[in-house]
Amino acid sequence: MVDARRFLAAALLALAVSMPALAADATPVPASAPSASATDATVKFEAPTATLTAADPALEARMLAITGELRCLVCQNQTIADSHADLAVDLRQQVREMLQRGQTPDQIRRYMTDRYGDFILYRPPLKATTAVLWFAPVVLPVIALAALVIVIRRRARMADDEFEPEPMLDDDAAAQPLARPGTLA
Amino acid sequence: MKVLKFLIPLAIFFTLVGFLFKGLYLDPREVPSPLIDKPAPEFALTQLDKPEQTIRRADLLGKVWMLNVWASWCEACREEHPHIVEFARLKALPIYGLDYKDQREPAEQWLAERGNPYDASLFDASGRVGIDFGVYGVPETFIIDKQGVIRFKQIGALTPEVLAGTVLPLLRKLNG
Repeated sequence: MVDARRFLAAALLALAVSMPALAADATPVPASAPSASATDATVKFEAPTATLTAADPALEARMLAITGELRCLVCQNQTIADSHADLAVDLRQQVREMLQRGQTPDQIRRYMTDRYGDFILYRPPLKATTAVLWFAPVVLPVIALAALVIVIRRRARMADDEFEPEPMLDDDAAAQPLARPGTLA
Repeated sequence: MKVLKFLIPLAIFFTLVGFLFKGLYLDPREVPSPLIDKPAPEFALTQLDKPEQTIRRADLLGKVWMLNVWASWCEACREEHPHIVEFARLKALPIYGLDYKDQREPAEQWLAERGNPYDASLFDASGRVGIDFGVYGVPETFIIDKQGVIRFKQIGALTPEVLAGTVLPLLRKLNG
């Protein structure tokens, strides 16, 4: 009983450790919340419809697909696709024009990282400086599971009398209270 | 063995504390610019007060100069501006303004009211040159060396501490 609870606690801990990895995949704030960054006095806002020259829906869709994976540096946590900040409006126009000139999404992403760095990418590239970011979510649970397995195996080899006596099993269950404080710790 | 059992969780704990402690002092708004030690982007812009005169990147080669991105609509620029006016009195280096996404009239009025520390202000109405310089939070300031390479970038307002503690020593190094 005691062991089972401890293993459960360890498993929960391992899960908790790997939670940040899941959080990193969270979707950005939807466009319907422009007020979130309206307090930033140096940011200029524009009505989103003002520059949406959706003359070509196919082009617009390609533009949104690319800018949907780019971070708006003015109101971080939004994408360039759904930010109302002035710079995001300009960058959407920039992407439209680059697509019209026949440039590829890779060239456009290169254009952005040349100016703003990898930080603008919501999918960071795999390189030496981002290795921890990419591998920690895999490596940490592996370490946690390995530790768990080692502890279970070691305990399986232990003789019964090395464990604390369990009142529920050793004594008459009916005569005992369900759990005496201090014996489970 | 017994000691190790305590030391390992303790080491993990302090590693986490270390990361969190470092995180306290990280400003997510300060994104390291990939433009540092790269050639400044090409530009050709008219002067704010002389629309008929164009300044190009090539015109400024051969000297260490400062590019200060500002705008009349920018709140933080109002705080920064007196420090730049003060700094310009030292005549330590030529200071060029980049009037970012602005209109000529309010911009000129802004300078008339607050003093004009700039050797010239480049007028970037569309913000295209700003994008090429990776500007995302006005005010921003760049130091560009004699070869036209960006050596320093400040995101947000310059302070007297940054000017005296970082800009001037860098200037001595670049001119030395």
